[in-house]
Amino acid sequence: MGVKISLQDNKLTALIEGDIDHHTAKEIRETIDNCVENYVPRQLKLDFSGVQFMDSSGIGLIMGRFKLISSLKGTLKVINIPKNLERMIKLSGLAKLGIFEEEDKRKPCRR
Amino acid sequence: MSLNFLSRSCNESFARTAISAFVAQLDPTIDELADIKTAVSEAVTNCIVHGYKTDIGKIYITSKIYSNGKITIQIKDRGCGIENVERAMEPLFTTGGSERSGLGFAVMQSFMDKIKVTSKVGKGTTVTLQKFIIRRTVKSEI
Repeated sequence: MGVKISLQDNKLTALIEGDIDHHTAKEIRETIDNCVENYVPRQLKLDFSGVQFMDSSGIGLIMGRFKLISSLKGTLKVINIPKNLERMIKLSGLAKLGIFEEEDKRKPCRR
Repeated sequence: MSLNFLSRSCNESFARTAISAFVAQLDPTIDELADIKTAVSEAVTNCIVHGYKTDIGKIYITSKIYSNGKITIQIKDRGCGIENVERAMEPLFTTGGSERSGLGFAVMQSFMDKIKVTSKVGKGTTVTLQKFIIRRTVKSEI
């Protein structure tokens, strides 16, 4: 449960693990935003490979991070969305932002 | 089946886990179970974020299983109520601030077969969700 942050080449990767709901989103958001504000990375990557459940709070989480990193002139990528969450993503219309990537070939480096 | 619990956000996972344990007796697919869990999570979150915005109150869940595979889940709060239900149900409409997507009702509509919302300002809101769990034919034993 929670989020693991790693930083490489001015790219910040947040590996999210467990369930994303209104309750857990708060802690995940605070951890990510703290790091983003401290390091001001060129790119923020949200890695969803460890997400088991997500309601629309996950959409709010992506939207909020998109706004934050955009305001800091950085870009957002969302990677490894599990198959079972695709319907939620489709419903949100977030695909038009062009932030989703099929898969990250490299292993996420953990701290 | 009925249960009630306080509108603390830490109870969101309890609510969807409890409902999935109840639905499990219908032998749903993983996708069907995920749909129900997601819809219940949305409804309960609405009670916490909107119904009991400024206080902590009780959330009541009642669920029934019918012999034809139908399941109904009622999620009720005695919170502030919704002034304009139609508007609240519009996708992307939210009063919850920038971290809320405004998709709660859209998700419930999309992931369940039927949804009914009744609300009275100052009295509370009741969301009734309905879904048919398709009975799969049992493969005959060898």
